[in-house]
Amino acid sequence: MKASATLVKTANFLGLGIFKTLKDLFTGKLEKEEFKNFLRKSIVPLASILLFIGLWHLGAKSLYNKEAEFKIEKALKDQGPEAAEALKLCMASGKSSCQPNTLPSPSQVWKSFNSLLKDHKIISADKAAFAEKTAVLNEQRAADGKTAIVYTGRPSFVDQIFRSLKTVFAGFLLALLIAVPLGIFIGLSPTLKSAFNWFIQIFKPVSPVVWYLLVFMIVKTLLIESNEDSSFTISFISVGLCSMWATLVNTAMGVSSVDKDYINVAKVLKLGTFQKIFKVVLPSSLPLIFTGLKITLSVAWMVLIAIELLAQSPGLGLFVWEEFQNGANDSNAKIIVAMFVIGIIGFLLDRLMLTIQNWVSFDKTDAI
Amino acid sequence: MAYLELNNIYKNYGKGDDETAVLSNINLKIEEGEFVAIVGFTGSGKTTLVNLINGLIKPTSGEVLFKGQPVIGTSHERGVIFQNYSLLPWLTVGQNILMAVKEAFPKKSKSELNEIVANYVEMVSLTPAIHKRPKELSGGMRQRVAVARALAMKPEMIIMDEPLGALDALTRGNLQDEILNIWGKDKRTALLITNDVDEGIYMADRIIPLRPGPNATLGPEFKIDLERPRDKTEMNDNPNFKKTRNAIIEYLMDIGNERKSEAKQEYILPDLQPKDFVNQFKFRI
Repeated sequence: MKASATLVKTANFLGLGIFKTLKDLFTGKLEKEEFKNFLRKSIVPLASILLFIGLWHLGAKSLYNKEAEFKIEKALKDQGPEAAEALKLCMASGKSSCQPNTLPSPSQVWKSFNSLLKDHKIISADKAAFAEKTAVLNEQRAADGKTAIVYTGRPSFVDQIFRSLKTVFAGFLLALLIAVPLGIFIGLSPTLKSAFNWFIQIFKPVSPVVWYLLVFMIVKTLLIESNEDSSFTISFISVGLCSMWATLVNTAMGVSSVDKDYINVAKVLKLGTFQKIFKVVLPSSLPLIFTGLKITLSVAWMVLIAIELLAQSPGLGLFVWEEFQNGANDSNAKIIVAMFVIGIIGFLLDRLMLTIQNWVSFDKTDAI
Repeated sequence: MAYLELNNIYKNYGKGDDETAVLSNINLKIEEGEFVAIVGFTGSGKTTLVNLINGLIKPTSGEVLFKGQPVIGTSHERGVIFQNYSLLPWLTVGQNILMAVKEAFPKKSKSELNEIVANYVEMVSLTPAIHKRPKELSGGMRQRVAVARALAMKPEMIIMDEPLGALDALTRGNLQDEILNIWGKDKRTALLITNDVDEGIYMADRIIPLRPGPNATLGPEFKIDLERPRDKTEMNDNPNFKKTRNAIIEYLMDIGNERKSEAKQEYILPDLQPKDFVNQFKFRI
């Protein structure tokens, strides 16, 4: 009983109040008003998801038919009636080589998702086998002072996700380390503010692609002597620089607009500069700083795809691009899978930030 | 030499044509151990006066002397209780007070500081709420925290800017007694700014009305000759109390009427006729 209470508390804290309602529903403790609320919060989203999938299915079907008709007609015109008939039969048989290339249906996407998971299992098994096989040899090499042999096979879809997360977090950390201190300085000093204002106004709207190119120019020269692959470095720096502006502006605003009463308190208590910043200014601007960090994280995740694609850094972005170039019959479905995975991870990251914000901040914001 | 002295204080806000004089020609002397109340209408410049005395702002001209020294900034010797509590919402009751105590006595050890905090929290009877945040407290409790914070620094003078303005009558009465108790214990000098004449009479030795701004200035002082400790119910029958109260209220009423009559200015409206749009339109065609 106690464990379940803790579970419910944690779920509420994470903004997943639905679990408590579910528990009440099964234990029969639900009031009528609560039940209505439960319906609104669970049945309505579920219905809208089903509606969305239904519309998607219909749309995909009509696109499929249009593409198929066009293909058959073209075959009829170019190669004659026999070829057209053969193509028709081939399509009806469901053979993958002659399927029209268009928006995949939900069931195809689901199939691709499963095949990607299967692929991941195979690759993981492969990796484990490889590690086992080379374990003794690597020990020998380590003893001889040589570098170990590592698995250089194709990364699986799940590996790509983790690579992307790593890039985003590295970029986010960079943004945090640059933007928060800089924002505090800018917010505190009007001189610094006017010194940096043009800089912020000009660089804020620059597109991720341009940031990538700029970082590429600099990092390429800086790392000219190393043989390591610099694509990860370039992509995480670009992500950080692209996404830090929201935090910078929000921090500066939060710091410069601290309630006058609090400043008066600091003055009357005669707090020193450091005390004033850490005990009064920062705590009171935390809500705004976190709003900035939340925007930064979601922007980082959004630009990541474009930057990975340009930098050829392994991850979801590169996965999407390679699937597009690949043009295999299930490529489109895999791209849609990646799209959903990106969206869901973005949502989870946002939730994560909200949880941290609720945890550290005195100003409890409701989950939006 | 008086303990606190204000000499020919003028305070203006704004610049050039927008300049408005908030306070003009303020002269005030407070002796050590005295309890003085300044009574005035809202918007008459009371908070400006308080901020001048505690050193948050500087006068345009004139000087504020505290123990013979000009006031150039804030000081731990003058504790302030703000009108709107001004507690830091991210700290608990104990932490709010501890922050002040730590600044006032930087040499004391942690356990000594905690003891001081506990004592003052006990004094305003908030011990059960010591780990609560201001948001979880009622208005009266918050104001008590603010009182405890100001007093825990052991200031030589307490400056109160309408400290009880936002409270209900019952809590107000209790807090008045608490403040008087503390003041009586070690006879610190106190300055109370209020808009409640009864509160002033009940608590202070002298009442000085502040004539409303712009150009606010202090009126003639009224001495309150009532024995301490004072009792509210008994006080109501005291002829001395009645006389003083009536005199002060009459004075304030007179100022109010004066202000009204001053505002009796005739505005001449320009002699304008509405334009005839229809005719104009026809003419154009």
